[in-house]
Amino acid sequence: MIAYNTAVVLAGASLLGASAGLVGGFAVLRRRALLGDALAHAAFPGVCLAFFVMDRRSLPAMLAGALATGIVGVSLLVGLRRATRIKEDAAIGIVLSVFFGAGLALSRIIQNRASGGSRAGLDSYVFGSAATMRLAELAWIAIVAAVCLVVVLLLYKEFKLVAFDMGFARVQGWPAGRLDLLLMGLIAVTVVIGLPAVGAVLIAAMLILPATAARFWTDRLGKLLAISAALGAGAAALGTLISAEIDGLPTGPTIVLVGAAAFLFSALFAARRGAVSRLLAQRRFQRRLEEQRLLRELFEAIESNLSERPIVPHGNPSERGPRSAAALHRLASAGWLSIERNGYRLTEAGVERAARVVRGYRLWRLFLHEYADQIGSFGELDVEAVDERLPAEVVLSLESRLAAEGQLPQAAEA
Amino acid sequence: MNEFSVADIDWNQALWTTAAAALSGSACALLGCYLVLRRMSMLGDAITHAILPGIAAAFWFGGTTAALPMFLGAVAVGLLTAFFTETLNRSAGVAEDAAMGVVFTSLFALGVVMIARLSAGRVDLDPDCVLYGRIEFVLNNSITWRGYEIPAAMLPLSATLAATLFFITLCWKELKIASFDPALATAMGLGAGVVHYLLMGMVAVASVAAFDAVGSVIVVAMLIVPAAAAHLLTDRLGPMLAWAVAIACISAVAGYFGAVYYNTVVAGAMAVVLGAEFALAVLLAPRHGLVSRAWHQLSLALRIVSEDVIAMLYRAEELGAGHPPLADDREIGVARAACLRAAGGGLTAWLALVRLLRRGEIARAAHRTLRLTEQGRHAAQSLVRSHRLWEAYLGEHFDLPLDHLHEPAERVEHYIGPNLQERLASELARPGVDPHGKEIPPS
Repeated sequence: MIAYNTAVVLAGASLLGASAGLVGGFAVLRRRALLGDALAHAAFPGVCLAFFVMDRRSLPAMLAGALATGIVGVSLLVGLRRATRIKEDAAIGIVLSVFFGAGLALSRIIQNRASGGSRAGLDSYVFGSAATMRLAELAWIAIVAAVCLVVVLLLYKEFKLVAFDMGFARVQGWPAGRLDLLLMGLIAVTVVIGLPAVGAVLIAAMLILPATAARFWTDRLGKLLAISAALGAGAAALGTLISAEIDGLPTGPTIVLVGAAAFLFSALFAARRGAVSRLLAQRRFQRRLEEQRLLRELFEAIESNLSERPIVPHGNPSERGPRSAAALHRLASAGWLSIERNGYRLTEAGVERAARVVRGYRLWRLFLHEYADQIGSFGELDVEAVDERLPAEVVLSLESRLAAEGQLPQAAEA
Repeated sequence: MNEFSVADIDWNQALWTTAAAALSGSACALLGCYLVLRRMSMLGDAITHAILPGIAAAFWFGGTTAALPMFLGAVAVGLLTAFFTETLNRSAGVAEDAAMGVVFTSLFALGVVMIARLSAGRVDLDPDCVLYGRIEFVLNNSITWRGYEIPAAMLPLSATLAATLFFITLCWKELKIASFDPALATAMGLGAGVVHYLLMGMVAVASVAAFDAVGSVIVVAMLIVPAAAAHLLTDRLGPMLAWAVAIACISAVAGYFGAVYYNTVVAGAMAVVLGAEFALAVLLAPRHGLVSRAWHQLSLALRIVSEDVIAMLYRAEELGAGHPPLADDREIGVARAACLRAAGGGLTAWLALVRLLRRGEIARAAHRTLRLTEQGRHAAQSLVRSHRLWEAYLGEHFDLPLDHLHEPAERVEHYIGPNLQERLASELARPGVDPHGKEIPPS
């Protein structure tokens, strides 16, 4: 049985993580990752101001204050970028540090004035303390999470367009500016609601980490948002549990560390875009290139005498160390060639495949010779994919030129 | 705060605290100029956050906060931040800002957790001082040198500023080129990458030195705000560096006394002063300030609107040249309301009329009308000449219908001086009339 308090804290943290992950997906796609950071820091003096005015810890007032100064900060940021020569990066840094500094100064003034004990309310807004979450806070978080989810579901198509192609959205007649503002509003509300639990310093990480991690797993927006929300919820729940378990661990940083671990795992092991799978794919491609080179050289050695398929002696296809040896063994076990005592002999299937390779190779060579300006777009080439990469009519004209020069491999013509 | 009085100020404390803040602030401000120019301010922010685990780790092993291991550990982590961000961005295709956000929040969180675990039993390093720093207590740990009591923190801070100055002087040219034109720097073989990592290393050094004294908030503020304000004040690198240092020093002094007055955190007060200085720069900077830009725009608008008014009066005179004056010999011009309409209405139009009257280019005439003075007629004549010459030029060289000539000429007339008039006239073999058949006035 989980204790009542723990259940409240867990539910709150997970809901918060889920909604931060959800709107964070859009924030990262819109290149607004650091704007969330500025917003969170700018919200801190608002919390202090509300405390100062109300003279007690009142959650709605503090959230309203946070939202107010957060919005002021972001508006100043946008204004600076538009009206002065200050660039976005400097504008973010200025708003972030000046507002946060003001918040610190203000919080100390409150601390001096207020009777002992009441300052505890402010401290939690810096590094977060999920452990003290009450039911009222949970209710607020639940409302915000529900609003985020409903708005994103209702305006999914519109947000998608705005996130990927603002200009196109505008041309299509969507109120792109207002949609963008709404998206910004969702981000602001989520950041503010998360302040008490995670703290101003690190709440931005809850927007950035799950979304950036999710980006490694998928290229589809829907999946990205789902994965991001799930990761956010998981990291928040786990982080909260850990920080509750171990004495003296602040909640915000612990949640962020769990999120960072999830990010690291995704960056390394994600199915398609992770570092490991990309390294493996790169290795597979290198192997394939080596096999193709060997097949081509074997084919060219016997091209004048294809029907007899003579043995090609060692050293004729230039062998480059263990890599080539391994490639030859792979080719042999796949049935493309047989390894004889004094050389290699292509099998019949092998001759056919080698002819395809040679055809592709010569077509590519001719193509790049003709269209030298295209070299940059193709990089390293899988010569067997020539028909997929070049338009059919280009292939036909190149083929006829090769045939005229007698360069088109005979076996491939059949 | 009511019982505050000048007599209460501990001047020794004030001197050393502001000196420490000014030293660290100057080093940060100098380096910040390059960050702002290279649009890498947020990397500076990221590094100042990310050095925390380095500091914590060094503290873990060394057991002290003011030692060489802390310095090296923090600089290493700072460089790693720059490196990780670049790697994530280049190799894994993560957008740059997101990459930065991932790296520095993770490292900062790690640092906070490490410090929280460490400080469980000790008091000299806790998460709060990560933010505020301990500049208030700079005198608590001091050394005696030739009879003077000097805070121990002055030594690393002065050394950092000296190292920063040395670095900037040594790499002046390289930094300049790499800041303004990285592609050129690479093409010249300057190794923009080397300069980049050297700069990031220096930022880490300055951050670590300042961090111990003033906390992370003020480091970020000192890195970015003075440099951004200086960027508004001048267009030259040398003066920009000087301004940034001056702004940082002012904030050190004003921030300290402000903090004493309101009895609050020195670091926070300095950040607020920096913000105020920046706001002043945004408003009042000579060329890039909002006030001066608004003033320039207003005076340009007034000039254009005034010129439109006198040109309109000139054309009215052309049309009504044969009208007899009134019976009582008073002259009559164009209705004031019509003049305001010709000027586009609103405040600008009204201001333009006031300006013209004051300059004596127009005068009041009977029945609330306005007419040109001799001086105004001369100015208007030149303007109408520009207008019609431009129409003639467009008619001659561009295949435009007649009714498309007026609009562009109406816009360009304000920017054609005597020289261009002369060139247009000689190019067109001194035409007498414009394409509409109206006379082109002589110059």
